[in-house]
Amino acid sequence: MHLGKVIGRVVATRRSAGLDEVRLLIVQPLDEQRAIAGDTLVACDAVQAGLGDLVHVCDGREATLALPVPFVPVDATIVGHVEQFAHDGPGPQIGAGDEP
Amino acid sequence: MFIGKVVGSVVSTVKDEKVASLRFQVVQELDEHGKPRNKYVVAVDTVGAGQDDLVLYASGSSARQTTLTDGRPIDAAIMAVIDSWDVNGTLVYAKEDLDTVGWTVGEP
Amino acid sequence: MKIGRVVGTVVTPVQHPAYDGHKLLAVRPLDPDGSEASDRMFTAVDRAQAGVGDIVLLMAEGSSVRALVGEKAPIRCAVVGVIDEIALDGRVVFPGW
Repeated sequence: MHLGKVIGRVVATRRSAGLDEVRLLIVQPLDEQRAIAGDTLVACDAVQAGLGDLVHVCDGREATLALPVPFVPVDATIVGHVEQFAHDGPGPQIGAGDEP
Repeated sequence: MFIGKVVGSVVSTVKDEKVASLRFQVVQELDEHGKPRNKYVVAVDTVGAGQDDLVLYASGSSARQTTLTDGRPIDAAIMAVIDSWDVNGTLVYAKEDLDTVGWTVGEP
Repeated sequence: MKIGRVVGTVVTPVQHPAYDGHKLLAVRPLDPDGSEASDRMFTAVDRAQAGVGDIVLLMAEGSSVRALVGEKAPIRCAVVGVIDEIALDGRVVFPGW
């Protein structure tokens, strides 16, 4: 599971069965310094996340368990909005209302 | 999932009976700007994607979560054909035949 | 399982209900010599009352984690222990990194 920021969305009409109502968002993984941590990926959305939101992403087979139909070929789902992230490094702390 | 482009297909005559009926395609991963990454995967097509289509594919045991691939030895599945995507409100890609009139880019 | 250092805590007021009641930690994977491993940072639910700065055991494999938190939970990573000591070839390397 990782932190990331929503940077875009994907529109796809033709999908695997069970994914009809699911929103697909593009996520940039971030580390605790809010630095880029790996390649962008596409994740399903289980919490009504929006553009620019800092989010919590569950990857792997468990990602399907947050969706209305769990038997779907999905390997990443947004499972939380991050409001606050306190860390022990030198970078800025992330709190509500911060510009991500 | 990753964005990818169907760049080819794989035909294999001698293969395990569990994968005998499946259609395999070669997918090259793209970044969010549509630029190819130097990563390729052979994926089972679950949605009828064609050559040059931009698609989403899922990896790992998730790929077996379809009626087509359940219980079969595969680790990547194409699960959607992309119509369009945008990054930070700017349209990056739209299928040629997609009607983008009245399309508003902004809040996802 | 991986060795990691808890580098932060994450608060997600809007979240999947399976996460309710779980504390969420940010964990940086480490090599046994204490240097940062190449893996990126993980987030994990806390099953060991761990805190920032603790060296922990990180389970980052779904079916083992679901055995702890419920089979239907979309949770893949958990901190399952706070490490007191690590020995390599019989020599204690942690504490003392």
